[in-house]
Amino acid sequence: MKVIQIDKEKWADGLDRLAGSYRLFAPVKEEEFYNFKELAKDEAPDLNYLNTRLSPKAIIYPQSEIMFEYSLDESAEDHHIMKEVDNSYSPQAVIGVRPCDAKAFLLVRLNFDTPEYKDPYWIRAYESTTLVGLACDSPCSSCFCTTAGCGPYHEEGLDILLVDADNHFLAKVLTEKGEKLIKAAGWDTAADEAEAGKKIETGKQAAETKISAFVNTDRLPEIDTVELYKAPFWEDVSFSCINCGTCTFVCPTCWCFDIQDENHGKSGVRMRNWDSCMFPLFTVHGTGHNPRGTQLHRVRQRFMHKLKYYVDKYDVGIQCVGCGRCVRSCPVNIDIRRVCELMNNYGTEKDSCAA
Amino acid sequence: MTSYIQKIQEVSARLLKECKVDMVIGFRKGTIPLMNEPYFARTAEDVQNLVWDSNCGINLANYLTDRKENIGIIAKGCDARNIVTHIVENKIKREQLVIIGVPCKGMINKRKITAMSEGEITEVTEDENNVTVKGDGFEKVLNKKDVLQQNCALCIHRNPIEYDELIAETVEEQKDIDRYADIREIEALSPAEKDKYFEDLFSTCIRCYACRNACPLCYCPTCFTDEAKPQWVGKSQDQTDIETFHFLRAFHCAGRCTDCGACERACPVGINMRLLTRKLEKDCFDLFEWEAGMSLDVRPPLDTYKPGDPDDFIK
Repeated sequence: MKVIQIDKEKWADGLDRLAGSYRLFAPVKEEEFYNFKELAKDEAPDLNYLNTRLSPKAIIYPQSEIMFEYSLDESAEDHHIMKEVDNSYSPQAVIGVRPCDAKAFLLVRLNFDTPEYKDPYWIRAYESTTLVGLACDSPCSSCFCTTAGCGPYHEEGLDILLVDADNHFLAKVLTEKGEKLIKAAGWDTAADEAEAGKKIETGKQAAETKISAFVNTDRLPEIDTVELYKAPFWEDVSFSCINCGTCTFVCPTCWCFDIQDENHGKSGVRMRNWDSCMFPLFTVHGTGHNPRGTQLHRVRQRFMHKLKYYVDKYDVGIQCVGCGRCVRSCPVNIDIRRVCELMNNYGTEKDSCAA
Repeated sequence: MTSYIQKIQEVSARLLKECKVDMVIGFRKGTIPLMNEPYFARTAEDVQNLVWDSNCGINLANYLTDRKENIGIIAKGCDARNIVTHIVENKIKREQLVIIGVPCKGMINKRKITAMSEGEITEVTEDENNVTVKGDGFEKVLNKKDVLQQNCALCIHRNPIEYDELIAETVEEQKDIDRYADIREIEALSPAEKDKYFEDLFSTCIRCYACRNACPLCYCPTCFTDEAKPQWVGKSQDQTDIETFHFLRAFHCAGRCTDCGACERACPVGINMRLLTRKLEKDCFDLFEWEAGMSLDVRPPLDTYKPGDPDDFIK
């Protein structure tokens, strides 16, 4: 594996060169929060963030995305015919994505890129994206990545992992996409591999010991799904929920969407918009019946999906990377770590006092 | 504050023990700094989890809507006014409730304090007047007055006006507060400037509806934004649709909003949508001398007609 040393003095120049062939996205501070933004010319990434308020999922999977357009003008030959819109999918790179958010794209991929079904929009955007990660040396106290199948220096899903080493970055090149980006940036100083490897390992261990929050997920696969569904703690867990979409919208692994046609005069578009299992409208039937008619149903669905159904269906752990955004953003402090504990302990002696 | 907690637990335990209520709605300690979670206690054991401090900004009246039980509810000044509004609007019956009033000195602004800190906040403690914020490598003592939520800094009804039990002596109400300085500035803008102002204000909205759902007034079985037949509002990130949602929601709160601040507090992206509700609050006061939730016996101005109502708008 190749490690490149990027002197911080050469950082901006490299990014400038990249801007010629990639659209660049990076964390930028806007008022009080950091978020990923497409960089304007001469705009620099602000890498002083702990993590961004919203995850970078929208860069590949926009909150509102037009898929088709059509004409309702009956005098036009092609009226009422859905035509695919011309999205460019030109190469783009996300600079400074956290390892947890990069891993999240792989979780989302399980849904959008399967042997049976291919989501062309997500796949094209994903394939045109290079993910340049920044190892996380100051994880938040609400981060629990190391027990959610991830970690502050985790490489899965990344094309390059950057490690901050004072006056330079060590760039671990992980994929061909990464190789291509490094070349395009003109960063060509190879680091001493043994020494760099040691530095990265030391950083990794230091970062991992800073993680102070954990979830236990060992029992989740074996617990009976119906029993867990009927567990008495859901009333307690769901009581405070106001059924807003904050947790699902800030989550890097939530993938649900709703399809809408919007007409303007004699033309229209078919688009998809993020949806949320927290909204009553998410499951309401044409008859008016709603199989998830109560707040308890909806809260249970979210946690059961992430921590049980997904676990059972894919057998690759939980549908969560431990980024902690939902914990930090929930207006009423519903904490997935606490809920996971309740679920994992269900049926043991611990479950009665865990709440 | 700790004296508050003791008294809250005492009163709650008594009410549950005497079977006067089936549950007490209050707060339990949050899992992260500057947050507490709305919570219901059903047993004397549960009561031990009830806490009180300056992070109880969520409006608990929101948890009463259409409930059938007999409920004890912890209520600061604004919560109590929203409980009154709930009763007036038939969302709960007065006789179902034992209102445990909490004289309030204001809730602290999580976002403001976070923005003032050099790193992640890991611990927050408070006493009567100060908030101590600690994190990795820093510790800061802040004057509580300087870090209140804006609605609390402007509050003129800190003491609950409707209650059955009061857990402490009333606090002094703030006087000579100019509640609407910022609103007057927006009123003075030209239509084009207002357009731009609101476009900027709502540009970061992600349509999670946390503002609506944290609001005790927003209890419609189906919100107009969720109606499908007809569909009043588009669901995309279209700026017009986003603003339509915020403006219409605000209008639905006219004459009902107590400026409890739950909407702004709940917003994950820090939008001050209270600028809209406060404009309507100001208008209701100017036109009808009306403040929401101050009495169980007076009908709100927008659901009744009085011969003296202002009618200058009829040309």
